[in-house]
Amino acid sequence: MKKIAMLVCLLLPAAYFVQAQSKYFTRTGAVSFNAEGAMDDIEEVKAATKTATCVADQASGQMEWAVLLKGFQFKNALMQEHFNENYVESDKFPKATFKGQIDNHANVKWTTDGTYPVVVNGKMTLHGITKDLVAKGTVQVKSGKPALASDFFVKLSDYDIKIPSVVGTKIANEIKISVNANLEPFKK
Amino acid sequence: MKRLIFLITSALTLFFLPLKGSAQEGSLLDILGKDEVTDYTTNAFKSSRVINGHSMEMISEGTLDFRILHRFGRISDGFYEMFGLDRASMRIGFDYGISPNLMVGFGRSTAKKEMDAFVKYRILWQSKGSKNNPVSLVWVSGITMNGLKDPIGNPEVPVTLSRRLGYYHELIIGRKITDRLTLQLSPTWVHRNIVDNQLIPNELFAVGFGGRVKFTQRLAFVWDYGYVINRFPGNLLANPLSIGLDIETGGHVFQLHFSNAVGMNERAYLSDTNGDWLKGDIQFGFNLSRIFQVKKRPIE
Repeated sequence: MKKIAMLVCLLLPAAYFVQAQSKYFTRTGAVSFNAEGAMDDIEEVKAATKTATCVADQASGQMEWAVLLKGFQFKNALMQEHFNENYVESDKFPKATFKGQIDNHANVKWTTDGTYPVVVNGKMTLHGITKDLVAKGTVQVKSGKPALASDFFVKLSDYDIKIPSVVGTKIANEIKISVNANLEPFKK
Repeated sequence: MKRLIFLITSALTLFFLPLKGSAQEGSLLDILGKDEVTDYTTNAFKSSRVINGHSMEMISEGTLDFRILHRFGRISDGFYEMFGLDRASMRIGFDYGISPNLMVGFGRSTAKKEMDAFVKYRILWQSKGSKNNPVSLVWVSGITMNGLKDPIGNPEVPVTLSRRLGYYHELIIGRKITDRLTLQLSPTWVHRNIVDNQLIPNELFAVGFGGRVKFTQRLAFVWDYGYVINRFPGNLLANPLSIGLDIETGGHVFQLHFSNAVGMNERAYLSDTNGDWLKGDIQFGFNLSRIFQVKKRPIE
């Protein structure tokens, strides 16, 4: 009895380490969006950041993303100010997050080079509102390191982000979001 | 010995178990630890000015702020002057953001045909996160030049360039206390190379009290009071007090306000004769600010 208890005790921490090693992460994920409206003018409503964090769990196929909204860089400084102050209210809601599950994660071989198309099902939180999100993307493994990439669309009205009618033709309600992350194995 | 190993492994297990639990129940991102980001406070004020005085805000790097300031005549002038609307005094100016913490600007006022120029530097930027600064500290130094043909009005005193000049220096200590409330204090020193008579000091010391209460994303109430410590003759009511509304409409910031000061630079509004609020010697005015992106910013 004692031996079994001892074995369990020995195995439990080991299981913890094994699980920890099966995770991949980055702190330099790239997220960009294009909210260019119907009106074609010189002011591009685009922004990008390379400070997104992401952790993906190979064993469960779960992944999580977080991006600081103040990290988004715009070509126009005033547009960036308005984005933070009037649209996403980044003082109140500093981060956008995504928590999801790779539907077909058994097909993804995280340590074998190749490109694996995936569908990720999850919930995105932005501007204090959480909505379901399904995004198609790829897991590309190169020299044993996985990279995630996806393009998807979200509606600003779903997240209670109001666009004043004055700029209604400049800013699209449905915006395209692109994410890219080169992941590293997580070591404790 | 066996017992010892058992104890150690049990202890280890107990030590790791909660970690394992939290990793599963909480967020996957928790394993990355806390973010090492500094969150700098932005939008303490809509504009780089409270109303007349400088605010703790800077304009962004590479942007040009075209500012048109307008002051009508005194409301106490009555109906004949359409409560001041028949008269106007203005200042046109340009500010430029050299870096996130450094900006310069110049302008010209119709009153005294005065030119002014300033340098504004943010010494400390209010922030939280990995760097925690409770306040912003901003330094402003400026110079003014009276452009009148006869700035002194005394034939015994020859007009020289130096006699046209005045200087001001101020330190702004400001804090965006909540999203709605911002307060700032600004000790100011104004030096005038020449004054009207011996009773008037060349050096003026003042403390500015400015603030903002934000109602909505695009509308805020602002006020700006300058307590001049050694003005002659001393009159509390003649100290510049301005109250107004900040209205933001996309690329423009409008400031609509009432003030007893006509001057639109630090020397002018602190040292020139201002009206008495209680006698209705106040004027309606507006500041219009339009920001242009001059320097290209790559977004990759």
